[in-house]
Amino acid sequence: MTTARPDRFVGQSILRREDRRLLTGQGQYVADLVFPRMLHAAFVRSPVAHARIRGVDLSRAKTMPGVVIALSGPDLMRLLPPVPDTQLSLPEKWCTTVPHKLHNPQQPLLATDKVRHVGEAIAVIVAESRYIAEDAAELVSVDFETLPAVVDAQEAVKPGGSIVHEQLRTNIIGEFAIAKGDVDAVLARAPHKLKRRFYHHRYSGVPMECRGVVGVYDQRTDSVTIWSSTQVVHWLRREASAILDLPEGRVRVVAPDVGGGFGVKGHVYPEDLLVPFLARRIVRPVRWIEDRHEHLMCSTHSRDQTHELEIGFDNEGRILAVRDQFVADCGAWNPIGIGVVYNSAVHLTGPYKVDNLAVSARLVSTNKVPSAPYRGAGRPEANFAMERAIDLVAGALALEPAEVRRRNMIPASAMPYAIGLPYRDGEPIIYDSGDFPAGLEKALAAVGGVEPFRERQRAAWAKGRYLGLGIGCYTEGTGVGPFEGALVRIEPNGKIHVAGGACAQGQGMETVFAQIVADAWGVRPEDVTITLADTAAISMGFGTIASRSTVTLSAAIHYASEKLRKKVMSIAGQLLQRAVVDLELRDGGVAVVGVPGRRVSLAQVARAARPGWDHGRPVGVDPGLEETHYFEPQTVTWTNATHAAIVEVDIETGRVKIQKYAIAHDCGVVVNPMLLEGQIVGGAAQGLGGILLEGYTYDAEGQLLTGSLMDYLLPTASDIPDITLIHLESPSPLNPLGVKGVGEGGAIAPPATVANAISDALAPFKVEFNQTPITPEQIVRAANQF
Amino acid sequence: MSDLVDIKLTVNGTSYEGRAEPRKLLVDFLREDLGLTGTHSGCEHGICGVCTVLFNGEAARSCIMMAVQAHGAEITTIEGLAKDGNFHPLQGAFHREHGLQCGFCTPGMLIVALDFLRINPSPTEEEVREAMSAVICRCTGYRNIVRAVVAAAEMMRAKR
Repeated sequence: MTTARPDRFVGQSILRREDRRLLTGQGQYVADLVFPRMLHAAFVRSPVAHARIRGVDLSRAKTMPGVVIALSGPDLMRLLPPVPDTQLSLPEKWCTTVPHKLHNPQQPLLATDKVRHVGEAIAVIVAESRYIAEDAAELVSVDFETLPAVVDAQEAVKPGGSIVHEQLRTNIIGEFAIAKGDVDAVLARAPHKLKRRFYHHRYSGVPMECRGVVGVYDQRTDSVTIWSSTQVVHWLRREASAILDLPEGRVRVVAPDVGGGFGVKGHVYPEDLLVPFLARRIVRPVRWIEDRHEHLMCSTHSRDQTHELEIGFDNEGRILAVRDQFVADCGAWNPIGIGVVYNSAVHLTGPYKVDNLAVSARLVSTNKVPSAPYRGAGRPEANFAMERAIDLVAGALALEPAEVRRRNMIPASAMPYAIGLPYRDGEPIIYDSGDFPAGLEKALAAVGGVEPFRERQRAAWAKGRYLGLGIGCYTEGTGVGPFEGALVRIEPNGKIHVAGGACAQGQGMETVFAQIVADAWGVRPEDVTITLADTAAISMGFGTIASRSTVTLSAAIHYASEKLRKKVMSIAGQLLQRAVVDLELRDGGVAVVGVPGRRVSLAQVARAARPGWDHGRPVGVDPGLEETHYFEPQTVTWTNATHAAIVEVDIETGRVKIQKYAIAHDCGVVVNPMLLEGQIVGGAAQGLGGILLEGYTYDAEGQLLTGSLMDYLLPTASDIPDITLIHLESPSPLNPLGVKGVGEGGAIAPPATVANAISDALAPFKVEFNQTPITPEQIVRAANQF
Repeated sequence: MSDLVDIKLTVNGTSYEGRAEPRKLLVDFLREDLGLTGTHSGCEHGICGVCTVLFNGEAARSCIMMAVQAHGAEITTIEGLAKDGNFHPLQGAFHREHGLQCGFCTPGMLIVALDFLRINPSPTEEEVREAMSAVICRCTGYRNIVRAVVAAAEMMRAKR
């Protein structure tokens, strides 16, 4: 754990400043906002997976008392023609390095010619209350010509079937390949080979707060304010500005308190743009709050990949070559492009040295909810395939799975280690720091060690009880660019105000960044105000996705503070009549080194910095104490972890009880240990939900069978074990604080870890669990097939 | 649209009078008509528990009750826990143990815990886990929620 320095706030478990409002019911989520004369929107959503729309009859809805406007897709197309997609393009460096094809059809705000998944919006109703809007939505009739649904990505790529986006004449909307070494030759002569199909099913973040948007139009200035439960306010502003044809300066986007995101709220949705458009057209505030049924059938899903992985290895279990060909089921649209799927490819080999690797991927459209990042974003799928494969290698050679991992791990002495592939920012992947073998050993020790466990396991088997040990190791690129922005200002009262482009959804960012700012300025966290998720507070920002905010915003704060400190010192030098080299930050002010008492407060410096008569600036120093910095990380910084679990499997009921679960984790310098642990445990709980409980299922017609929380099972307090955490700390050399990202990591390894543990427990039955989720039914079947 | 019905009730010790359609959900009435937005709606079908309030002293899900059913009732919501600006022991324990992240489930968690500790003031950790399974949290992984309820139980016993 971090060795907290008493003179620093970074490293201390400071209690959260966010808590008071959230614990007393004074939080402000989008659904809590009330504006005068506000109207309410409801959507008509497709009940079928794939159909041509012959006509939409809104006449009965429009005449219902209380309805203000009702629009279909074609209506909207006339009023609000689409603009070219403003989705971030892939970096040139990546495009020229990685052979790829990508056709990304742009989703209309409302379906026009066709519906492509159950839940896709066809029409919108705005009324005096949500109750009325929903009543009116019931009165809309849609004439569908149903088409065969594309439900299985494996089937979707075969010729002759139904096509989701007919203009492409194929359901394969993207593909790419990466390789190093000579996989064909090495696999051909490898002493041992095995090949398996690994399937990682469809599940997602399911934050407790569904999405929501309020659009408020100001006629006087022709400007729009969008309150959205989003992770990316600046991205939303850019798209809203383009589609509404307003300057960015006339669009403000604010994410108030947000009730969890996990990636699901990490891109712009049609409703984010449609609601402010309606507010401007009607000239009244309009609110739309997604209900849970809508959430499950129209907020993005994730995972859903099938890997065909072949691994060649020698007699000692050393990996010689890996080939992986995988298919990602992207659903009806693909809002994030190639990012998630590319993540899978480059994170496949994780902490292991694999000199010969070939990965090829196909992105396939189906008539399901669009797929987009969810905590882990492509890594859990790859991790599941690789970590299961390692256990199978161990099984084939009768070696301990832990031993096979030891023999293949990149040692700490090899850091920094170039793996020989480009990251999605186009830069070569270089593991910047970390000690993978140490993490493995610590996690194993935390669950009691391998040998003692094997004794217990044999004893249990003899009594007809099934215990298993599972391991899952991963590496994760975090803190990706292109940039993040911070504005640092010293107020006339000496308090430090910081605005950043990050957006919080419960991580405790106001607390964490106040700690970082306090250290940068030698003040107390109480003297720092943090403003996030508001485009009015800083002109450019990127947002909170991809485990990036602590890394990128802390660096932006550092460099903005560095610039501002020069100015503070020069003004303080004037006030104290001393040279800048004689000055230091001390106790919330600037003081003369070695001279107690010779000090000016930051408030005095701020007042001296103001423009106008009687200012106290040296000649040539501009007024004001405010600096902005946009940090552009050179590339990502790499975290790693080992998860280890001991489970007991009941072969009669199929129940899996997790007896022990340990995570040895390294995310560099720790800012707030308490909040860090919260992130890891929370992520792990989501990963455990993914492997054992959660899942979206569709029938052959593309009907979503899991449209409520009765059917989509989220883990509860009884389902999650007490998790043991072990912290390693390898500082990142890539940013001033030495931090690495932590938001997603916890969710990456639980599926592989638990699948390995269950397979280990049921080793006497010689069964392999190579797909997720693992249900009680599968376990009972597997154990009773003999 | 149906006729409005008069509803009189007490929330957090304050009397309210309102009018609502018979079909209006209690959670919507609390939030929209009384402006008490501390109670959240997470699933609208009685599963996730974040909308839980104390209804005549017992935990109840306000998303599957009608506002008219609350006529004459005494309700406690999250806004009623702190007294004179001081945290209730449960709130203090959630703060110290980091038992919340996004805060969206927190109203339900606090109310369920309040009800549970009234019935079982000296629970084991296992009993706390089972009781708190009434509310779904997506952020914390529950570890610190369980710790917070155990810690609050101790404090509340000591105060008695």
